[in-house]
Amino acid sequence: MTAALVRALGDFDLAEELVQEALLEAVEHWPKEGIPDKPGAWLLTTARRKAVDQFRRQARFREKLALLEGASMRDDTAEGDDRLRLIFTCCHPALSREAQVALTLRAVAGLTTIEIAHAFITSEATIAQRIVRAKRKIVEARIPYRVPAERDMGERVEEVLAVLYLMFNEGYLATAGGRASRRDLAEDAIWLAGLMVRLMPEEPEALGLLALMRLHLARADSRFDADGNLVLLQDQDRNRWDRERIGSALVVLQRAAALRRSGPYQLQAAIAACHAEARSWEETDWRQIMALYDVLLELMPSPVIHLNRAIAHRHLDGAAAALPEVDALQEVLDDYYLFHATRAELLRDLGRVDESRAALARALELTANPAERTLLQGRLG
Amino acid sequence: MKYVLLFGETKERAKQWESMPEAQRQAAYAPINQWFEKYGNKITGGHELQPERTATTVKFNNGKPVVTDGPFIEGKESIGGYAEVTVADLDEAIEMAKGWPTGGLVEVRPVVDRGEPQR
Repeated sequence: MTAALVRALGDFDLAEELVQEALLEAVEHWPKEGIPDKPGAWLLTTARRKAVDQFRRQARFREKLALLEGASMRDDTAEGDDRLRLIFTCCHPALSREAQVALTLRAVAGLTTIEIAHAFITSEATIAQRIVRAKRKIVEARIPYRVPAERDMGERVEEVLAVLYLMFNEGYLATAGGRASRRDLAEDAIWLAGLMVRLMPEEPEALGLLALMRLHLARADSRFDADGNLVLLQDQDRNRWDRERIGSALVVLQRAAALRRSGPYQLQAAIAACHAEARSWEETDWRQIMALYDVLLELMPSPVIHLNRAIAHRHLDGAAAALPEVDALQEVLDDYYLFHATRAELLRDLGRVDESRAALARALELTANPAERTLLQGRLG
Repeated sequence: MKYVLLFGETKERAKQWESMPEAQRQAAYAPINQWFEKYGNKITGGHELQPERTATTVKFNNGKPVVTDGPFIEGKESIGGYAEVTVADLDEAIEMAKGWPTGGLVEVRPVVDRGEPQR
């Protein structure tokens, strides 16, 4: 689109500026009025209209005005490129994570400010201000409206995927507010991940993230019982899992694997797939899961992943084998409720009842999520 | 588009830098000089600053100027220098900052430009 304007105006800087202005107008209008049928064409029209406005104010551009109004501009860049530029601009690392999320939901997914505010259980004014600030930074610091250069592509894709995964988790796990799960936001994140996959089909981590989200959401219905209480994986009714969604996730994961560039999202999806494919809790392939965690730890050495590996270890070799692995994480995970909840389980298995109860009590102190609290209280008796 | 890159160091590292033997300090300057050479055509100004201990701050109490010793930015970091660069956009300025060889911090700030008429 910039190319089309540059041809008409013969001024690259100006063309870029107008495209950016058009983008900002899109950020403002699309959420209210819906994304137009041809966003690329809409942006081009807006940019051209802005050019006409600006030239009218400046007599010395009069001859160019005539040129512009007479010129028939073709939008010969694919609409996909515009979308991709929009995504990368909304998820630019110079914007705060909160701003990235709000901008992406509004400009790319087309949510209104009110919808975003509801999703994050915050006020409309807060979200509106977040978006206004981000738009100002885009203009004032001149964050470019384009697909990143090849040398930056890896980390910029990572940034986009991190924004989408945060969005998904906010919907799927939701640690704040009265409702245990906010599915809508998770669905929006899946839609955006699907968009990324369509726009960048050769990007294995985008595929990995899409597979991971689908696998999580496939069993969302069985995560809560009729009273809204959290149901653990081992107690879930596997007949209620969405087999179609699991199947589609596995297809996506295979596509990612065929690209032969492994990454954290693909590995997490592979682990989730191990659970999804097991017909019962007893048939879970813990050896495979533990091996996947080991590879994941090499890429992403994080204490939470260590904890998950220890849980797999417990199911494979028993609580006595796993406890030292968990205890080693005490210092870094002391404020994490799942660390204490896991420890409580292991201690209970080993017959250390008092210590187990103390660990449960500590876990309870550390979570505000009502569903998680109910579950822990049930164990405390 | 003009930006200023503010080069920061933790105060601890700034002290280490100062207490280096001269030969070692010269050697440490080599990669910095290379950086300035590499981006020579984009750098339109800048200076290394004397250490923070040389700073004097003038503040105004009810409009009356008061001179005090020390910098006005308080914290663990101090500013060791700056470069003014002219580049196309933020990505290009960030690219330069990423190549800064001292391992400190670089703040990228766009400059207010009132020189050109609004297009």
